[in-house]
Amino acid sequence: MEYEIVIGLEIHSELDTKSKIFCGCSTAFGGEENTQTCPVCLGLPGVLPVMNKKVVEYAVKAGIATNCTIARFSKMDRKNYFYPDLPKAYQISQFDLPICEHGTVEINVDGVKKNIGITRIHMEEDAGKLIHAAGGTLADNNRCGVPLIEIVTEPDMRSAAEARALAEKIKTILEYTEVSDCKMQEGSLRFDVNLSVRKPGEPFGTRTEMKNLNSFRALERAVEVESKRQIFEIERGNPIIQQTRKWDDDKGESYALRSKEEAHDYRYFPDPDLVPVVLTEEYIQNIKGSMPILPWVRKVRYMEDYNLSEYDADILVSSRETAEFFEGTVAVCKDAKTAANWLMGDIAATLNEKGQTMADVTFTPAQLGEMIGLINDKTISSSIAKQVLQEMFATGKDPKVIVEEKNLAQMSDTSELKGMVLDVMKANPQSVEDLKNGKEKAIGFLVGQIMRQTKGKANPQMVNELIRELIDQV
Amino acid sequence: MKMTKYRTIHEIKALIEKGETTYEEVMGAYINRIDQVEGTVDSFLQVLKEEALNQAKAADENKDDKTSPLFGIPYGLKDNICMEGVETTCASKILTGFIPPYSATVAEDLKNSGAVVLGKANMDEFAMGSSNENSSIKPTKNPWDPSRVPGGSSGGSAACVAADEVVFALGSDTGGSIRQPASFCGVVGLKPTYGLVSRYGLIAFASSLDQIGPITKDVTDCALVLNQIAGHDEKDSTSVDREKEDYTSYLQKDIKGMKIGIVEEYFGEGLQPDVRKRLEEAVEVYKSLGAQLVDVKLPTSDYALSAYYIISSAEASSNLARYDGIRYGFRAEGFDDLLDLYKKTRSQGFGEEVKRRIMLGTYALSSGYYDAYYKKALQVRTLIKEDFDKALSQCDVILSPTCPTTAFKLGEKSSDPLEMYLSDIYTVPVNIAGIPAISIPCGLDEQGLPVGMQLIGRDFGEKDILKAAYAFEQATKHHLNRPTLQEAR
Repeated sequence: MEYEIVIGLEIHSELDTKSKIFCGCSTAFGGEENTQTCPVCLGLPGVLPVMNKKVVEYAVKAGIATNCTIARFSKMDRKNYFYPDLPKAYQISQFDLPICEHGTVEINVDGVKKNIGITRIHMEEDAGKLIHAAGGTLADNNRCGVPLIEIVTEPDMRSAAEARALAEKIKTILEYTEVSDCKMQEGSLRFDVNLSVRKPGEPFGTRTEMKNLNSFRALERAVEVESKRQIFEIERGNPIIQQTRKWDDDKGESYALRSKEEAHDYRYFPDPDLVPVVLTEEYIQNIKGSMPILPWVRKVRYMEDYNLSEYDADILVSSRETAEFFEGTVAVCKDAKTAANWLMGDIAATLNEKGQTMADVTFTPAQLGEMIGLINDKTISSSIAKQVLQEMFATGKDPKVIVEEKNLAQMSDTSELKGMVLDVMKANPQSVEDLKNGKEKAIGFLVGQIMRQTKGKANPQMVNELIRELIDQV
Repeated sequence: MKMTKYRTIHEIKALIEKGETTYEEVMGAYINRIDQVEGTVDSFLQVLKEEALNQAKAADENKDDKTSPLFGIPYGLKDNICMEGVETTCASKILTGFIPPYSATVAEDLKNSGAVVLGKANMDEFAMGSSNENSSIKPTKNPWDPSRVPGGSSGGSAACVAADEVVFALGSDTGGSIRQPASFCGVVGLKPTYGLVSRYGLIAFASSLDQIGPITKDVTDCALVLNQIAGHDEKDSTSVDREKEDYTSYLQKDIKGMKIGIVEEYFGEGLQPDVRKRLEEAVEVYKSLGAQLVDVKLPTSDYALSAYYIISSAEASSNLARYDGIRYGFRAEGFDDLLDLYKKTRSQGFGEEVKRRIMLGTYALSSGYYDAYYKKALQVRTLIKEDFDKALSQCDVILSPTCPTTAFKLGEKSSDPLEMYLSDIYTVPVNIAGIPAISIPCGLDEQGLPVGMQLIGRDFGEKDILKAAYAFEQATKHHLNRPTLQEAR
């Protein structure tokens, strides 16, 4: 390959807090315009911001999950500019002392693993939204003050696939740690791409920045198209101009928004209305202790401790809910393989059918574990268990209660079964004759008859034994 | 109630308790006084007569609530402190018509104590100035001599107390804006420790320096008002969470052995001879009360004014960026596009001094100059704080003039901003260090104008400066001097 693509990402993620970063207003998406605002997030004269502690906690979680150093001392700064979507005319962000720095995230593209550097993670407030209508421009300030973290990577990615893999990995981390819901269609996760091209071994080329990409596909396409554009220009001897570009996903092309020469002078300085964020060792350790086990750690454990295949492990860790359900089930039934089979089999199929996710499951992991226990101690057969499971989906009742109420326990009472077996053999003399003549297939028919009469509750193994025991009496 | 020349919170309270007057009568007397003198003094941007009178009547009916010392007492609120439903303009054209839907925490605190706002006090626009001549509405006059300025920026607050239009007032102090006008008007003005009083609802000039404080007729009243407004506020993260104190409990204490620091540099050139004389007399009074005089040094104070103008202007440029004519206040007419709307609104809406500081602050923060100006100023700030810490480890309070001069004539310095800035030379370092200081009357100059003495304390050392101030006040009775203000023309 003649040219090498150099990519760094800036990832904005809305934190999944109930209230805004500096006031108590709701962060719910989709409210009527300007209904989720107060004097503080509107920056009215005289009011003051007060830091939402959850924001700090979430930023620290994101930092720990991306192997960052967590700053014991960081501060909030003002980033001043005149934009109509920020009523204070400055954004409260972090400048020279961000809350997290120097992390790494591992990506895996076609089996090749690579570490991508995380330069920093900082906390900031979101801006409002401008609506350009026929009569003029309107401002919706509901999003003003919604908490964000910005994750900035090193320029360590070399292809669209790597950029996508990193973006996906970050999404998994933020979802897993419950830092963000990452709803890309609602703008909860958005990417800015810094891209340049060079011949291998040469210094970095001039970069451009594409802002606000909100799907993985857009990210991949933007990288491909922009790198081709830059190579095309260089091949023709044209210089690359450092500029901000807007990606048009419908047209599949980008166009220049503004060049860096006319860039704003943000005039950063420490926000005097907010005290510095000082974190104790104990605080950070507490958050570390409350962190969920991350998917890649879980996966290895499932393979090592439970002897699951990589395929099974991958599916089980794909969502935090599935993994936690699995672990909760295993804790009760001590049978990882069966638990995995039920989760990936009947449960996944049922959810699929209903268009639901693990979060919608009405029964608990302990109840599933109990049900597997009932199979393993032969209280119920696997086929009866399928019925029990559907009943659990429908009612959320304990499997034991369902088995009792519906009388689904296996018949293991020899005397009761004995009579039944004799009756069936008497009613089917031909089959008995065949069996006596060594036609083993005939026993299957007889067992089937009994299973039908007992609606599957008879213990098939016992029935088998009884037929052989009683055959000479007929 | 017959208006006499001297009436404090505690005096009125005593009269009420003895049944010699009613809250309605008190309020009526102050309203009458406003009608008589306001045309001369021009302390207020707005007088809320009707609401105040109704509240006074209600106070008389509501006997159970009279436990608070401030109950039913009329006061003035500087117009940069928000009050729900009342136009708040910072004496700036750009905030014309702005009616906040919330009250400042201090206004809430005083409301809860039963105190009654009688007027919104005039000020220098956005609290920038030392004479009140920067008000975009009208200049306030000094009640001791209406041809002179009352000082600034809380000139309206100081003048309305000195002129007996209210019993006390709240001001804000960014570089001396409570103490300097208190000095010019012969009243008591306290700038509390940064973080002692909530700034929520105070329209910001320079957030890291601004602090709200009381302006009163004597030290006892000062302690009474401070009791009410000091304390942690969860709406202001820079307000400090500490136990409440009863500041009046420090007033009776003896000051024998108290160490009072004297800074030699503060008694140098530029100090008006009369002012020097009164301060020297004050030092003698302290000696006679058994205080111990200590020489202390503040070597970096020469740089305080420069650092102050960089930091305060930088913060102001950011705080004032929101006034763009879009959401509230004044909007210029006839604009081409958004940028033009911003430019015309801000050009027409802000006064000269405010524009001067916005430009200075924007420049100081801009990339390429940040290190040379803003960062340097922050370094100087640290040095000044260290100087004070060191000096105040050798003494309990520092004694200094509040201002180099007594009240100057209207127009005398308004054409020379640098000359005007020098009037805050003794007050500014205190804000930079974030420590408390009080200005109290210490006599009159040859022209019969009040001279102010400043007492500076350690962080949260309000008790020390109130104690020292009270002892002086009781020994000298300078605070009983009142202006002989004639009725309005």
